[in-house]
Amino acid sequence: MIRTPILTIRNLTAVFPNDNGGLHALDAITFDVRPREFVCVLGPSGSGKTTLLRILAGLIKPTSGSFTFGHGEQPSIGMVFQGSNLMPWRTVIENIKLPLEIRSVPEQTAIAQAHEMIELVGLQGFEDALPHDLSGGMAQRVAIARALIHDPDLLLLDEPFASLDAMTRERMWTELSRIWQMRQKTVIMVTHSINESLFLADRVLVLTQRPGRIKMDMEVDIPRPRKDDIRYTLHFGKLARQLRGAIM
Amino acid sequence: MTKRLISILLSVVAFLIGWHIFTRYGDIPEFILPSPFSVWNRFLQAVGDGSLPYHTGITLLEIVLGLLAGVLFATVVGYILAKSRTLERLLSPYIVASQAIPVVAIAPLLVIWFKDGILSKVTICALIVFFPVLVNTIVGVRAVPIALYDLMNSLHATRAQILWKVEVPASLPIFLGGLRIGATLSVIGAIVGELVSAEQGLGFLLQLGDFQYDTAMVFVAVFTLIALALMLYGIVTLLEKRFLKWQN
Ligand SMILES: Nc1ncnc2c1ncn2[C@@H]1O[C@H](COP(=O)(O)OP(=O)(O)O)[C@@H](O)[C@H]1O
Ligand SMILES: [Mg+2]
Repeated sequence: MIRTPILTIRNLTAVFPNDNGGLHALDAITFDVRPREFVCVLGPSGSGKTTLLRILAGLIKPTSGSFTFGHGEQPSIGMVFQGSNLMPWRTVIENIKLPLEIRSVPEQTAIAQAHEMIELVGLQGFEDALPHDLSGGMAQRVAIARALIHDPDLLLLDEPFASLDAMTRERMWTELSRIWQMRQKTVIMVTHSINESLFLADRVLVLTQRPGRIKMDMEVDIPRPRKDDIRYTLHFGKLARQLRGAIM
Repeated sequence: MTKRLISILLSVVAFLIGWHIFTRYGDIPEFILPSPFSVWNRFLQAVGDGSLPYHTGITLLEIVLGLLAGVLFATVVGYILAKSRTLERLLSPYIVASQAIPVVAIAPLLVIWFKDGILSKVTICALIVFFPVLVNTIVGVRAVPIALYDLMNSLHATRAQILWKVEVPASLPIFLGGLRIGATLSVIGAIVGELVSAEQGLGFLLQLGDFQYDTAMVFVAVFTLIALALMLYGIVTLLEKRFLKWQN
């Protein structure tokens, strides 16, 4: 599977200014991402995972290093944040169409596309609900729909399921996997969970303690679609043990 | 809702009956405490000869202009101070100090500066409205979740889009709280100005009644002021109902 990378990341380093010489969050991160690849980033708290996503989303500048997308154009980004980060004053459909509003897409088209997204994430009937009436899982579906509606080049997910209960979380894995296969996106997803990364990813990167460096870069060669019970296979167990070893 | 209306109505009726009995059997001269009937008759008379509508109109004009100017100025300054810590640090001592000066004390000064037309009252009104709206604007804008800025920036939103789609709706609950206080204070501001010096307005009517031992007229003016204050309060409540539906 040799495809030219769509995203090349070279020596990304992030240092936040502080009183004693700066807080070193990321150190010389280098990796490539292939088109439509699903990459999970695992690492202990404070290893700079969120910082990495924020740099890729253009929210902060790296202290040094660079990343290039495709042929050097600015990628469009869909981002799912750790909390669902919805606007509480907007209904579900209004939240989902936000990215289209920002691009001044005509209202009619935006609404129609938002309805498509609502179907994709299975929220029919909740179009006009307000965020505080949604369960955690539903709110994250809205956030995923919002991140996808403008057909972004790159989908960035920051521990999107961390606040969900175990049952809901596993249902969301299946959902996300299905959506990813339908929409054919390049995804970088930060997670704490080894299981989650093995269910979803083509590749898992493990970061070290701060400053975050890439400690392991592992292909997940488990065939898709991955069913719930793959976790009981020997191969899954072997990969999980390797990841655990790298994180410890 | 109707239950609440009925209980309010009952308490008003009880108050009027109590008042009537007190004046009727308490042997109290009319110029000290007129009976509710003489106040009502005086009210009809003042409406009939056009004096009450005229003076109410003047006071209302002062209040509306003062409120508009005060709110507009406070919102703009508040937004700028919320965005710039440096400016806030430079200016806040002056703003706080200005609050230590009672408006009543500088009202004569303003009347000297702006003559005794309506401009001086509008200015006093605006000054008294300024502070609560300013403070709530600052607090409101500062309370906008940073994650929503991240969301907007990841979508390459413009400054104007961030203002209208995030900052305004997110700060509205706190801002309207300030407006509620400001609206009530604006009535006081206009009256303070008119009491210092005026040939028209409800404050003038109040003083005229006082000089002429026309106590019923004083009561008519006071009740009209209460009605104005309640109306403004009601308008802010309606705004909250309309724009903050999502909060409940
Ligand atoms: N804007 C910032 N300013 C200063 N320090 C920051 C900032 N953002 C993150 N950090 C610090 O950088 C380190 C990495 O943070 P983060 O990327 O959030 O880690 P993770 O997401 O892996 O838990 C942490 O120690 C955090 O406190
Ligand atoms: Mg994080």
